[in-house]
Amino acid sequence: MESSLAFFYVFAAVAVVSTLLVIAQPNPIYSVLLLITSFMALAGLYVLLDAPFVAVTQIIVYAGAIMVLFLFVVMLLNVAQEETVSEAEAASAGASSGAARGFGALLAIAMALELIWALNRSRGIGTAASVAGVTRQSWSVADIGRTLFTNYAFAFEATSVLILVAMIGSITLAGRHLAEKKPWRR
Amino acid sequence: MASLNHYLILSGVIFTIGVAGVFLRRNLITILLSIEVMLNAVNLSFIAFGHFQGSADGQIIVFFVITVAAAEAAVGLALVISLFRHVETLNPDAFRQLRG
Amino acid sequence: MPSATLIAQLGILGFVFFMLLNSAAVMVYVERKVAAKIQQRMGPTLVGPYGMLQPLADIIKLVMKEDLRPKAADAILFAAAPMIAATAAFSAFAVVPFGASTTFWGLLPEPIPLQIADINVAVLFVFAITSMGVYGIVLAGWSSNSKYSLLGALRSSAQMISYELSYGMALASVLLLAGSLSLRDIVNAQAGTWLGFIPRWFVFLQPVSFFIFMTAGVAETNRAPFDFPEAEQELVAGYHTEYSSMSFAMFFMAEYINMVTVSAVATDLFLGGWHGPFLPESLGWIWFLLKVSAILFFYVWMRWTLPRYRYDQLMKFGWKVLLPIAVANMLLTAAGVLYFGV
Repeated sequence: MESSLAFFYVFAAVAVVSTLLVIAQPNPIYSVLLLITSFMALAGLYVLLDAPFVAVTQIIVYAGAIMVLFLFVVMLLNVAQEETVSEAEAASAGASSGAARGFGALLAIAMALELIWALNRSRGIGTAASVAGVTRQSWSVADIGRTLFTNYAFAFEATSVLILVAMIGSITLAGRHLAEKKPWRR
Repeated sequence: MASLNHYLILSGVIFTIGVAGVFLRRNLITILLSIEVMLNAVNLSFIAFGHFQGSADGQIIVFFVITVAAAEAAVGLALVISLFRHVETLNPDAFRQLRG
Repeated sequence: MPSATLIAQLGILGFVFFMLLNSAAVMVYVERKVAAKIQQRMGPTLVGPYGMLQPLADIIKLVMKEDLRPKAADAILFAAAPMIAATAAFSAFAVVPFGASTTFWGLLPEPIPLQIADINVAVLFVFAITSMGVYGIVLAGWSSNSKYSLLGALRSSAQMISYELSYGMALASVLLLAGSLSLRDIVNAQAGTWLGFIPRWFVFLQPVSFFIFMTAGVAETNRAPFDFPEAEQELVAGYHTEYSSMSFAMFFMAEYINMVTVSAVATDLFLGGWHGPFLPESLGWIWFLLKVSAILFFYVWMRWTLPRYRYDQLMKFGWKVLLPIAVANMLLTAAGVLYFGV
C-alpha cells in the first residue's frame, strides 16, 4: 500500500474513533479534548488533499479558539457527568425521553443506510479514470486570497458583519446586566 | 492514492456519528459538539470535491463554513450559559415550558 | 538502503531536538547567572567551573523527587497536561530554518535546507502550534483540582489568547513585505545590504512590528513583565502549583523552549535569519545562533529589570493598546507596499 493511502487510513481511523468517543463517553471535558484530536486528524486529511492553508486555519480557528471557548464554558458550568433531571418533570418525561432516544437511534441508522445506498449507486464517480482529465494543482495562499477577495468579496464582507453580530449577541446573552453592578465599583 | 469515494465515505460516517450525537446525548454542550462534528464532516467533503475537481472553491467555502461555525458556537454557548443560570442543569429535557 | 539525503534529514531532526533540550538547560544557567549579575551577586559558582554544571544538578534533583498527584486530581489529564505543553513547544520548531542549504561539505549529492520541514504555510503553522500550547496550561489548572491552579490557568490562558491577536497582526505585516508565508523565503528576502553596510533586515522597515511581536511573544510565553499568572507572590505558583519532579520539569522546559522558538521566529522574520557580514553562507548558522542568543539575553534582562504588570493592567494593555497599534501598523504597511511597491 503506498504511503499516501496509508496516511489516509491512519488519519481516518483516528478521526472516526475519536468522534465516536466524543459522543459515547460521558465526561464533557474528555469530549472536548477528543473532538480536538478529531480536528487534528481532519487537518491531516486536508493536507493530504493539497489544502495546507485550510488545514492550519482549521487548527488555529477551530481547534485553537472555538474549542478553548467550549472548554472554558464546560469548566465554568462544572457539570461533571451527564446528570438526570431530578424534578417532577423528569418523572413524567421519562417515558417520552426513552421514545425520543429510540427515535434518534432509528433516524441515525436510517441515515447510515441511505448513505451506504447512495455511495453504492455512485460507485464510478471520483475514481482515477473519471477525473483523469481534470488538472489537479496545489493552490497557494496568494491564489486563495485573490479568489476570496474578488469572486467572494460580498460573502467575505457579510461574514464580517455576521461575526460582529455574533459577538454582540453573545456578550448580551451571557454577560451580567449592568444593574447588578456592585455599589463599591465605579 | 485515496479516491474521492474514500473521502466521501469517511465524511458520511463522521456526519452520521454527529447526527447520532445530536439525537442521543442528553447534555446541551455535547449536542453543540455534535453539531460541530457534522460541520466538520461537510468541510471534509467540500475540500475533497474541490481537490478532485481542480478548483479552489472548495477551500474558500470551507473558510466560510469555519467562520460561521465559530459565530454559531459562540452564540450557542452564550445561550447555554444563560439557560444554566435559570435552571441548574444541562439536560435538555428540563426545558419543556414551550411544550404544547 | 536509505539514501544519504534521508539520513541527513533524520540527522537534522535529531540534532534540532537535542539542541532544544540543551538550550533549556543552558537557559536555566544563563538566567541564574545574569539575574545574579544584575542583582550584584555571584550566582551559581560551586558546581563545576563557574557553576556551569548547575543545570545538571538541578535536573538530577528534579528526577530524584517524588512524583506527587493530588488525590482528587483527574489522573489522565494531570499526566497529559505537561506532555501537551512540552509537545507544542517542541513541535513549533519543526518549520524554523536555521541555516542556508548545505551539502555538508560534499557528503550529500544535493543540498538540503537546514530545517526540518520547509512548508509553504510555515508562519501559520508556528501560530497554530503556539495556540495549542494553551491547552497544556488550561488542563494543568483544571485537573489539579485546586483553586490556585485553576485561577492561574484561566488567567494565563486568557492572557495567551488575547496576545495571540497582536502576534498574528505583527506577523501579517511582515508577510506583506516578504510576499510569502514560507519562513525560508522570508529570510531570503532579507539578504543583501543597502548602501553597502546596512543589512536589509525587516526590523529597519518595520520597527513597530518588531516591538509588537516581541511584546506579544513575551506575553505568550508568560515571562516577565507579563508573568502574573505564575508569580510566586500572588498565586503560589499558578497552574503548576500541584506538580512536582518530572512533570514540573516538563513545564519549565516547555516555557524555555517556547522562549527559544519565539526568539528563533523573530530572528527569521525581523533580523535576517542566518545572513550576516563576514561569514560565508554555509556558516550562516553561527549568525543565527548569535542573534537568537541576543534576543534570549534580552528576555532574561527584561525579567530581572522590569516590575510585573498586574493582571487587569496586562489585559487592558493587550486589548486596548497593543491591538489597535498592531492593526494600524498593518494598515500602514499595506498602504506603503501598495504605494511604494515591494
